[in-house]
Amino acid sequence: MSINRREFLKIAGFGAVMGLSGATVAAAVKKEVEATGPYMTDPKGLAAKRWAMSVDMSKFKSDADVQKCIDACHQIHNVPDIGNTKEEIKWLWTETYEHAFPGNEDEYIAPHYKHLPFLVLCNHCSNPPCVRVCPTKATFKRKSDGIVMMDMHRCIGCRFCMAACPYGARSFNFKDPRPSIKRELNPEFPTRTKGVVEKCTFCYERLAKGVKPACVEVSNGALAFGDIDDPNSDVRKVLDANFTIRRKPEIGTHPSVYYVIGGKEHD
Amino acid sequence: MYDSGKIIVGLVIFIVIATLPFTLNLGKAVAKPSPSIDTPVINQMAKKQCVESKDDMKTAHMQMLNNWRDEVVREGSRLYTAKDGKSYNMSLQNTCMNCHSNKKKFCDECHNYVAVKPYCWDCHLVPKEGA
Amino acid sequence: MIEKALKGGCKYWTWVTALLAIIGIGVACYIYQFTVGLGITGMSRDVSWGFYIAQFTFLVGVAASGVMVVLPFYLHDYKAFGKITVLGEFLAIPAVIMCMLFIFVDMGQPLRVLNVLLHPTPNSVMFYDMCVLAGYLVLNIIVGWTCLGAERKGIAPPKWAKPLAILSIVWAPSIHTVTAFLYAGLPGRHFWLSAIMAARFLSSAFAAGPALLIILALIVRKNSNFDPGKEAIQTLGKIVTYFMITSCFFLGLEFFTAFYSGIPGHMNPFIYLYAGLEGHNQLVPLMWFSTILAVVAVGILVFPFLRRNETILAIASAAVFFSLWIDKGFGLIVGGFVPNPFERITEYWPTTPEFLIALGVWGIGFLILTVLYKIAISVKEESGGEAIH
Repeated sequence: MSINRREFLKIAGFGAVMGLSGATVAAAVKKEVEATGPYMTDPKGLAAKRWAMSVDMSKFKSDADVQKCIDACHQIHNVPDIGNTKEEIKWLWTETYEHAFPGNEDEYIAPHYKHLPFLVLCNHCSNPPCVRVCPTKATFKRKSDGIVMMDMHRCIGCRFCMAACPYGARSFNFKDPRPSIKRELNPEFPTRTKGVVEKCTFCYERLAKGVKPACVEVSNGALAFGDIDDPNSDVRKVLDANFTIRRKPEIGTHPSVYYVIGGKEHD
Repeated sequence: MYDSGKIIVGLVIFIVIATLPFTLNLGKAVAKPSPSIDTPVINQMAKKQCVESKDDMKTAHMQMLNNWRDEVVREGSRLYTAKDGKSYNMSLQNTCMNCHSNKKKFCDECHNYVAVKPYCWDCHLVPKEGA
Repeated sequence: MIEKALKGGCKYWTWVTALLAIIGIGVACYIYQFTVGLGITGMSRDVSWGFYIAQFTFLVGVAASGVMVVLPFYLHDYKAFGKITVLGEFLAIPAVIMCMLFIFVDMGQPLRVLNVLLHPTPNSVMFYDMCVLAGYLVLNIIVGWTCLGAERKGIAPPKWAKPLAILSIVWAPSIHTVTAFLYAGLPGRHFWLSAIMAARFLSSAFAAGPALLIILALIVRKNSNFDPGKEAIQTLGKIVTYFMITSCFFLGLEFFTAFYSGIPGHMNPFIYLYAGLEGHNQLVPLMWFSTILAVVAVGILVFPFLRRNETILAIASAAVFFSLWIDKGFGLIVGGFVPNPFERITEYWPTTPEFLIALGVWGIGFLILTVLYKIAISVKEESGGEAIH
C-alpha cells in the first residue's frame, strides 16, 4: 500500500498533536499523584474552620490609629505606594459609610457614623464569586480554614476576579511594583510582579507561625479575629455582644468580615 | 531552477536566522560555573549541608521548589521533612536564601551559564548582603 | 490553495501592505506593553476591563454570526445562500482569531496562558470560553477549508463535513452565550446582572455580523468576478433588520427594568452612559451617537424599497455595525464598571498605545480575512461558484 505525501503529512501532524497532548495530560496527572509527600503544616500555626474578623470602629480613638493598621499591613507585605487612584494597590483601606455600605446610604444617618473611616478589606467570603470565576484556580478558597488565597505564581492577570468581586477588594499590578515600594522592604515576604492581582490574604503567613494578622495586632482591640465556628473565639465574643452588619449581604457571598454598629465606646 | 532568485534569497535569510544563536554569542565563552558557598551563615555551620544532598539539589532543586511553592501556597503546609529526617521551613526567601545569601555568586553562576532566567526573583526578594 | 493568496493585482498588494504596516505598529506597541505592563493602557483599578475586552466581546458576536448564513443553507436547504456560506465561515475564522488575540493582549501574564488548560476549572466561565473559542476555530477551519477544497476539485465535500457544519451551527450560539455568561453571572455588577444578557448578545451578534458580511459581499462583487448573489444579500438584509430591531427592543427592556424599578444600582450605569453621572459624562456623546446610528439604520431597513437599493443597504449595514460596536463593546463593558462597587466613578478612555495595539489586532484579522477571501474567490471564480451539499 503506497502512501502519498499529503497523507503522510496529515498522519504525522495528527500523531504529533495526539502525542503532545497525551504527554501533557500524563504530566499533569503525574503531578497530581505526586502531591503527597514529606510535607506538613507547622504545629505552631493557628488553625480554624473558618477565619473571620470583626471591625469595631468605636474602639479607634483617632484617624491615626486606623492608619496604623493600614501601615502595618502594607509594610509587612511590601505593598507599593503607586501614588494615583488609577493604578493604586491597597489591601486594607478606609471608606466612609455611604461608600463602604452603598445601598444603605441615607442623608439622615447620624453624622458621627457618616464620617467614620470604616476599614475595608477582602471579606474572605464563604461563597466567593472571585473564586468561582478564576479560570486557573489562582485564587482559591483554602479548604482548611476558608481563607480566599492568591497564588501569584499561577495568576494569568485576566482580571476576571476583579470584575467579579462585589466589594472592589482586589488590586492589579499595572506595572512593576518594586520601584513604587516607598516603605522599608520586609525581606521575609515577597513583592509581586507586574500583571498579577493581589489582595488581603488574612496574613496566612503569620497564621502559619502562630501569630494573628498584622492589622489585628496593632488595632488595640478594635479588630477581633478568630474562628467563627469556635464559640469561644474573639470574633464570636464580639458578634455575640454586639449588633453587626456585613457589606452587601443580600448577594449571597457570606462575607467573613463583620462591622460592629453602635459599639460601647464613642470618640 | 525556477524562481532561483527568490529561493536563494530565502535560503540566505534562513541560514542567517538559524545561526543567530551562534553568531550572537561569539566571543562570549563563559567559564565553567563555580557556585560559591562562601556566605556568613554557611561558614558558621559545623556540618555544611543543604536541605538535601548536593547531587539531589543539583538535579532536582527546580522540582523541589515547585513542590514547595504548591505545598505552601495551595495546601497550607509549612514544614518539609528532608531525606535525613530534618525538618525545614519551606521558603525560598527565608530558608534557601538564608544560607545562600550570595545570589550572584551562587544561583546566578549556573543560571547564567545555561542562559536560564527563572522568574522567581521578579517577586522573591534577594538578600542584601553579598547579593 | 494558499498559493492563490500570493497572486494579486496592485490594489490587493497595496491593501496587504497597508495592513502589514498597521500590524507592525501594533506589534511595536505591544512589545512596549509587554515590557512595561498594562499601565500603559487607560484601564484602572476600578475599570479593570477596557477596550481590548470590548473588542473581544463584540467580535465573538461577529464570529458566531458567520454561522448565520450556514444555518439556512445546511439545515433548511436555502439554496440562495449557496455562494455565501464560505464567505460567512471565512469571516468567522479571523473573528475568532481576533477574539483570542484580544484576550492575549489583555492578559497581565500572557506567557502563563496555558495555565487555563493545565489547571482546568469547570466552574469558571472563562475556562469554557477558551475551550469553545478554540473548538469553534478548529471547526470552522476544517469545514471551510474542506468544502472549499472540494469545490475546487469540482466534487462534493466528504460526508463528514456536513455533520461538522451542523455542529458549528450549534456551537456558534454557544460561544456567544458563554461570553455573555462572563458578564451575566457576577453578583456585584448590576448593569450586567440581567437574564437577557445572552439574548442581547445573540441578537446584536446576528445583526452586526451579517451587516459586515453584506458590506464584504458587496466589496467582493465589486473587486472580482465572484457574485454572492442579489438574493443572498437581500436575505442577509432582512436578517439584519429583524435582529437589529430585536436588539434595540432588548435594550429598551433593560431601560424599562432599570428605570421603572427605580433601583439606583440598576439605573446608575445607564444614567452615566446616556446622561452623565455626578459631572462625569465622557461617554455620553458616544452612546448617543450609537443610538442615532441605530435609529437611522432601523429607519432605513424597515422599508423594503430602501433595502433593495444595495448602496443604501450598505450604508444601513455600516450604521448597524458601528452602532452595535459602540453599544456592545464600549458601552457594555465600561458601563459595568461605572460606578464602582463603592459607588464612585472612575472614567475610562483607551490610551494611544492601547488603541494602536487594538488596531494592530484588527489588522491581523483583516489580513487573515483578505487572504482567506482571496483564496475562496479564486477557487470560486474557477469552479463556477456553488457550494455542494
